[in-house]
Amino acid sequence: MIAATHPIQRPPQAKLLVVDAERHIAHVSRSAFVNFLRSGDLVIANDAATLPASLEGIHLATGRAIEVRLAGRPSLKPEDVLRFNAIIFGEGDFHTRTEDRPLPPSLTVGDQLTLASLRATIENLLGHSRLVSLRFDGTPDEVWAGLARHGRPIQYAHVPTPLALWDVWTRIAGMPVAFEPPSAGFALDWRTIAAIRQRGAAFATITHAAGISSTGDDALDRLLPFDEPYRIPGATARAVQRTKQRGGRIIAIGTSVVRALENAAMADGEVRSGEGMATQHLGATSRLRVVDAILSGTHEPGTSHYELLRAFLDDATLRQTSVELDEFGYLTHEFGDSVLIERVA
Amino acid sequence: MTISSDTNFDKSIESKNETSEADPLDGLRVAITGGTSGLGLALVREFMRRGARVAFVARHRENVEQVACEQAGAHGIVGDISLKDDIYPIAMQIVGELGGLDVLINNASDLGPVPLAMLSDTECEDLERAFATNVFGVFRLTKALMGALAASAREGRGAVALNVSSDAAINAYGGWGAYSASKAALHHLSRIWNEEHAADEVRFLSLDPGDMDTPMHTAAIPDADPTTLKRPETAARELIDAIIAALPGRDLPSTQSTPVFTSEGATL
Repeated sequence: MIAATHPIQRPPQAKLLVVDAERHIAHVSRSAFVNFLRSGDLVIANDAATLPASLEGIHLATGRAIEVRLAGRPSLKPEDVLRFNAIIFGEGDFHTRTEDRPLPPSLTVGDQLTLASLRATIENLLGHSRLVSLRFDGTPDEVWAGLARHGRPIQYAHVPTPLALWDVWTRIAGMPVAFEPPSAGFALDWRTIAAIRQRGAAFATITHAAGISSTGDDALDRLLPFDEPYRIPGATARAVQRTKQRGGRIIAIGTSVVRALENAAMADGEVRSGEGMATQHLGATSRLRVVDAILSGTHEPGTSHYELLRAFLDDATLRQTSVELDEFGYLTHEFGDSVLIERVA
Repeated sequence: MTISSDTNFDKSIESKNETSEADPLDGLRVAITGGTSGLGLALVREFMRRGARVAFVARHRENVEQVACEQAGAHGIVGDISLKDDIYPIAMQIVGELGGLDVLINNASDLGPVPLAMLSDTECEDLERAFATNVFGVFRLTKALMGALAASAREGRGAVALNVSSDAAINAYGGWGAYSASKAALHHLSRIWNEEHAADEVRFLSLDPGDMDTPMHTAAIPDADPTTLKRPETAARELIDAIIAALPGRDLPSTQSTPVFTSEGATL
């Protein structure tokens, strides 16, 4: 597929490939998404705002330039912003494809990093030359201010212009906890949310710290997605229960919503409210207990997002969608076109 | 529809006296722009005193640090809402540091030309600066924070955006052109937001705090007798009562679904 290169969240020509529960494939305009909703359905989106999680700086021991990409944190608590897991690249920036980026200088525990006004110390090496845990100096408010002023959205070479936060915050963005945008939510604007209600469907949200989608390293990419903290509001848990009781469908906007809801229901199928840590990798053998359909980007085979779609659809039909996405010129990546896949009953 | 301030405020005070529950402001997550002087500072102090969690924004670092030092636990944010590039950093710090947002108070204002000038004597740059702060700054910051406010409403906590208005938004006072026109635009933004986000249960208030003894009033009317002016602490308490009345769990008169003005002469 061709990458979408313009940071436009809702291009008027955005396309949607729909696979219904009978495995029929249709092609429509993405703005027609709400037409597939029925009265009694529940649409759930990830309302995480995106952190400017890319920080340029210096590895003090060697004086060499590095780029730090924050990639994980222990919880969603506002004051819990001193410790992160991070991917560290050598010099250069997003214009170079991640797989071509140089490794950082050799890193050891205790190494100091200066990242504009922020200063951090490497606390642990996590089994790979570019994956570490680090700790920022200062108070939580100083870290928030430093990230806000000096961080940039994590970005890949397929979008050539530098991204601003307004390019990557969805309309519903609330808590700034995602490391990359929950980009399926780009399809939603306030008018669409009003249209969802007009169809007799309901709208709810979870907050999930969506992680990075690519590290530039095959071995690391195989570990994706990393563990991601999430929070399910009580109102959302109750709405899921109500919808299930009345025979409505749960429609997840994006893979992070599927991951959070299915994780929260792992024990007995009941979605529990509160904070949790999504650790499971969903794939062909996963049994979905909550989500009935997913609106997602167009994903290439081999990515973790594509693997998750295998929980919704048999491989033959999924391969057919890939053929048609290519054939009909769908665009891929975060600003690309979308698929709506209903789980085969 | 007009509601006099007295009716409104009496009602919320009454219901407060009836119950011995915790202060409704306890744990409320509140952001206030222009929080280091005048009405904004009075709001910061009153919200903090009553147990709210407060983030405040102002342009000058030394003023922000001074207020943050005085109000231990308040989150001071340095930023200028009239600058496009400051908006997202401000919004991110507000929601990040408070862990969400229940109440946004767009209080920061620009007076336009100082001393006040007739419109035909007003430099375009002074008019633009007034609109940059009073209209575009509020528009941008509110848009960036709408997701957080709507999330709070979905959780049943309620969500209120209060845009500090003025009777000059309605009445044509000579010499107040730049300020007045920008506040009129802001007032209409508030009304349309309130209409469009009613289903999201985000309430918008556009309230006139009255003529107060503040640095801005001194800039506008240097020879005013301060004893004739309202104290900003009084105005802050009145605005807070109006916010409490707009949060869920309060019996509201049905007529209050549109924003209301609270000072004499300024009505919808």
